[in-house]
Amino acid sequence: MEVYNKGIRKSFETQPHYRDETSILTGEHFWQGDIAIAEGAIAADCRFFAGYPITPASEIAERMALRLPYIGGVYIQMEDELASMAAILGGSWSGVKSMTATSGPGLSLMLENFGLGIMTETPCVIVNVQRGSPSTGLPTFFAQADMMQARWGSHGDYEVIALAPDSPQECFGLTIKAFNLSEKYRLPVFILTDGLVGHMTEKVVVPPPDEIEVFPRRKTQKPPDQYLPYQPEDDLVPQMANFGEGYRLHSTGLTHDERGYPDMTIEAQDKLIRRLINKIRTNVDDIIMVEEQDLEDAEVVVVSYGVTSRVVPLAVEKARKEGIKVGQLRLLTVWPFPEERIAQIAEKAKAWVVPEINLGQMVREVERAVGKASKVVPVSHAGGDVHDPDDIYKVITEVIQ
Amino acid sequence: MNQMPEHPLERFLRMDRIPHIWCSGCGIGTAVTCFMKALDEAEIDPDKVVVVSGIGCTGRVAGYVKFDSFHTTHGRAVPFATGAKLANPELTVIVFSGDGDLFAIGGNHFIHAARRNVDIKVFCINNFIYGMTGGQVAPTTPLGARTSTSPYGCFEPPFNLPYLAESSGAVYVARWTPLHIRRLTHSMAEAITKKGFSFVEIVSPCPTVYSRYNRLGDGLDMIKYYRDNCRIENWADTKNVPMEMGSEIVVGKFVDIDKPTFLDYQRGQTDGK
Ligand SMILES: Cc1ncc(C[n+]2csc(CCOP(=O)(O)OP(=O)(O)O)c2C)c(N)n1
Ligand code: SF4
Repeated sequence: MEVYNKGIRKSFETQPHYRDETSILTGEHFWQGDIAIAEGAIAADCRFFAGYPITPASEIAERMALRLPYIGGVYIQMEDELASMAAILGGSWSGVKSMTATSGPGLSLMLENFGLGIMTETPCVIVNVQRGSPSTGLPTFFAQADMMQARWGSHGDYEVIALAPDSPQECFGLTIKAFNLSEKYRLPVFILTDGLVGHMTEKVVVPPPDEIEVFPRRKTQKPPDQYLPYQPEDDLVPQMANFGEGYRLHSTGLTHDERGYPDMTIEAQDKLIRRLINKIRTNVDDIIMVEEQDLEDAEVVVVSYGVTSRVVPLAVEKARKEGIKVGQLRLLTVWPFPEERIAQIAEKAKAWVVPEINLGQMVREVERAVGKASKVVPVSHAGGDVHDPDDIYKVITEVIQ
Repeated sequence: MNQMPEHPLERFLRMDRIPHIWCSGCGIGTAVTCFMKALDEAEIDPDKVVVVSGIGCTGRVAGYVKFDSFHTTHGRAVPFATGAKLANPELTVIVFSGDGDLFAIGGNHFIHAARRNVDIKVFCINNFIYGMTGGQVAPTTPLGARTSTSPYGCFEPPFNLPYLAESSGAVYVARWTPLHIRRLTHSMAEAITKKGFSFVEIVSPCPTVYSRYNRLGDGLDMIKYYRDNCRIENWADTKNVPMEMGSEIVVGKFVDIDKPTFLDYQRGQTDGK
């Protein structure tokens, strides 16, 4: 067991404490991605974690089990992932920022109550440290093959937010961001990382508390008799009231009206589902984060996310040395997909290369965004390793011919 | 104009949602009345009460009570309630749901919450059948009973719920029927104020499907059946309280013990380390 900061383990705390030296470990660390995710969550004020062990995500649970009791939080290992997801929804409604972490087989189970979180607009964070799949797959090897499952895996129509860190430092930062987005737009937000990022150890710099921006819960200012729990504000997101605050509100996974009461009508369904989708679609500019390099003159664009972004520069540098005008687009936000930005770039670029550790998932989105304007070529990998940079390089040289 | 006097329990009900969906003669309504009276008797701050339901006819209870109330997915009321309670231990968290919801799809959650002694209360309407979906066989359906999916009679032995609850770790276990209004109310109040995982089974008539499939008459006939066939035996060994088609029903308060809860243990185990 790593002793992360000797001397700070005071006695069990019943009151959560945030933003002090025991909760935010300001300084330089060498952390695994999984540990950085746990620390990012704590820095974002997460004080409830419910999970079920699974490789390669277990280190997140272990870190939370170690840390939470001493900063006024609660860790619980549930009986399965169905329960873990249900428990964090309950924790969130009790007013505590909540998280769970898993890998593909567990995500399959969580998606049931992920849908309940979408419908009841419950802020929380779900981490998926992806591994080789389907089914039990390659437990100790990584992949990026749950991208579409995260997007569409629960039943029905909805929008999701998913962030894809490519380093332990980004695991820390994007987990904070995930909590902030989940509170701002009121929905469960995914971190979609993978077993390699989760297990790689790198330097992580934790800033002082006052430099970490935390989006607080959108609490209603209205008195209980004027408050409608599902009446949206201008940005289509309703203000929240936690359990125990005297609002005595009702929430249901059934289609409901602004009072939160079941409303089994076509009109209610239309109004609610469109709002749930539009609260994300109309705010994509605020949600989407991408990193762009050498796009000004690019004829070829390589799109990547997560661990694959660590390999792409090797291929791109080699191609640029040979005079090929190739640029990089890295997705930090994978959902919602940055289709508008890609369509803009596609007005100039001639070809697109999309390496990912699956047999072609996000490449479909690129194709959709680019339309018939230019060629899109996937570089697939079934999982267990990163791409050989030369495989990407080869495709880059081929597409411009 | 004369104003209707407010019903004493109106402050606990979402009157703007009445009439409710339950059939006439259904036991759920009576059980909800007892529940409201129990909350009154327990004298706890209504603003700190959370009622959680799963899916089913009983699952609709959360929608009618005027507390913070959450209607979850099928089977997941207990883990949701676990999260709500652990995140804010000040709350009194009560699960009100059906036998199929709690013991088929949600069975694993129930036994683990009891084992951990999470301080939540579980009130279960046991009508021996899946009411909401039209009367399919449940893990509580007695051997031989007919349902839409056991047309030749149920051939799976049912759970004995008090025994399951006690052996899983519940600190309070009772069983009553809607005939036993006063005792049921009192047990619910005891469970609400008890520290730890508490379970009350409410054996309940479902005239619309269970009674119809098994020719047991209407709601009133079931209440008469309870009158003639229930035997009150407090502290009965839960091993000895299974129910069979046409048999007597042992009711009573069976278990009331004290044990540290999940949070007590967490505190004890981590202090000073
Ligand atoms: C995952 C899932 N599976 C199946 C259903 C359909 N369903 C709704 S209620 C129910 C059974 C309810 O039975 P019980 O808990 O005994 O409640 P009752 O209606 O008898 O009160 C089922 C199977 C569902 N809603 N969700
Ligand atoms: S179907 Fe049965 S359980 Fe459901 S409301 Fe009617 S009588 Fe009650």
